[in-house]
Amino acid sequence: MSRWSAINGSSRGAGEWLGDVLTGHHGRRLVIVLPYLWLLLFFFLPFVIVLKISLAEVLLARPPYSPLWQYLQDGTLQIQLHLDNYLRLWEDPLYFIAYLKSLKIAGISTLVCLLIGYPMAYAIARTRDPLRNILLMLIILPFWTSFLIRVYAWIGILKSNGLLNNLLLALGLIDQPLALLHTDFAVYLGIVYSYLPFMVLPLYATLSRMDRTLLEAAADLGCKPWKAFLSVTLPLSLPGIIAGCMLVFIPAVGEFVIPDLLGGPDSLMIGKVLWTEFFSNRDWPAASAVAVVMLVLLVVPLTLFQRAQEKSEGKTPL
Amino acid sequence: MSNRRPFLLFALLAFGYAFLYIPIIALIVYSFNVSRLVTVWGGFSTKWYGELLHNDQILSAAWLSLRIASINATLSVVLGTFAALTLVRFGKFRGRTLFFTMVSAPLVMPDVILGLASLLLFVTMEHLIGWPAGRGITTITLAHITFSAAFVTVVVQSRLSQLDISLEEAAMDLGARPWKIFLLITLPIIAPALLAGWLLAFTLSLDDLVIASFVAGPGSTTLPMVVYSSVRLGVSPQINALATLIVAIVTLCILLSVWLVHRQESQRL
Repeated sequence: MSRWSAINGSSRGAGEWLGDVLTGHHGRRLVIVLPYLWLLLFFFLPFVIVLKISLAEVLLARPPYSPLWQYLQDGTLQIQLHLDNYLRLWEDPLYFIAYLKSLKIAGISTLVCLLIGYPMAYAIARTRDPLRNILLMLIILPFWTSFLIRVYAWIGILKSNGLLNNLLLALGLIDQPLALLHTDFAVYLGIVYSYLPFMVLPLYATLSRMDRTLLEAAADLGCKPWKAFLSVTLPLSLPGIIAGCMLVFIPAVGEFVIPDLLGGPDSLMIGKVLWTEFFSNRDWPAASAVAVVMLVLLVVPLTLFQRAQEKSEGKTPL
Repeated sequence: MSNRRPFLLFALLAFGYAFLYIPIIALIVYSFNVSRLVTVWGGFSTKWYGELLHNDQILSAAWLSLRIASINATLSVVLGTFAALTLVRFGKFRGRTLFFTMVSAPLVMPDVILGLASLLLFVTMEHLIGWPAGRGITTITLAHITFSAAFVTVVVQSRLSQLDISLEEAAMDLGARPWKIFLLITLPIIAPALLAGWLLAFTLSLDDLVIASFVAGPGSTTLPMVVYSSVRLGVSPQINALATLIVAIVTLCILLSVWLVHRQESQRL
């Protein structure tokens, strides 16, 4: 009642009315309900549908899959669940190899990112303000420029008549161009390069918040710097390490663009398999089954990421 | 601490920055190359920029991408700000864990899964309620909002949780209405985060190839799709020119937003 009188009778303007709605009791509800419903509809529900369609059969129709349930003419409900897609994932070694390879490539790339990113974050956290802000911005800047174009840049560097080979030939280090592009090496390089900022930023966030007096205390008590690092700095930066590693590992497992543009025929990653099932074979149920199994593999890393996010809630400057 | 240790540390830092920037610098330098062979230097020229400006396919795709990115960024900021307010201000409520999971999972979810899941949702919705009819700008924008709002949430949440709540409490004690407090106190303080969130959502959308490929229809070819199909055919100096323009625009935007934030902060002091 009060809301309607606010529109019709009272002297208050529409803006004020809107303001009250947004911040009053109903507004509070709207603030929660709008993003909640959005995420349920556009993020949660799609996964349920993926699960459903992974149990369907591929058909030459629109949409190209069989219905899971239908009413027959006598009114009985017929439910058909096809486990063929999952059976095929299990029986065809191609899928197994692709999953394994994705986990391996993502795992090693994450480790390399950590080894490069940790000293960088540590060094940035130790600089003072004008320089520190510039250094941070230089980390964020590549992250804002196009991902696709950064991957593309490596093609020009790695190809057989590319910059790196020309440089090595000019220096006399090699006689013949090395095959660098379309190899696993190029995929590792591409992933480390593209995801490095995701590692440095959370690490920097934990390292810059660290209480430096703890290190002074350790030094006063006669602790060697490297030992102080191992027993004070490293454990305290663990949340940043976990967050950074998950920010690299999880998307890297499903990466498509990098193995497609930089990888060779044997750098088969599961993201590319899903893409091929969907776009080339037009087999939506098989693509859905590939996605479901990938999600199952990612449950543990995703949970670790959630925990790290919950702990540092609102403190990561991503 | 000895002097050698910082030296080693800063050598590693320099190595890291070289690794991040050498490919980008190479890309920019070779966009001014006369030769079509991207990696052989033939002399300075801006002819690829001229050709780029006459490439209708790239221009119309860029225009489409810019439209999608700006609608996406605006709606993502609204949704992301609501989500951040929910997380920071409303304490514990029923279903908060699910909410938090749904807000943060898109940050890391592989693109191929997000793309496939969104497409299957749109196909099912069209089958059941007839909307969205077909695939195109609408479906790309809807799919982009879902994941870019998650990034906006992180940015705004970080700013909101640093906000001094006593300012709002003081205003409330003085009898200000909640919406007035929000407009006059909260909003100006979180404005830099909203701007940063808008720009981030904008670039995320402008950059996305995988999700857009899944949910695009005929006639809705975005810029990354054109770049991708051109790159698959080989290296092209026009793409270098395009990349240089993107890097220049992004750098300008970031410098501008830093300057704005800086000015706002120095005015307040």
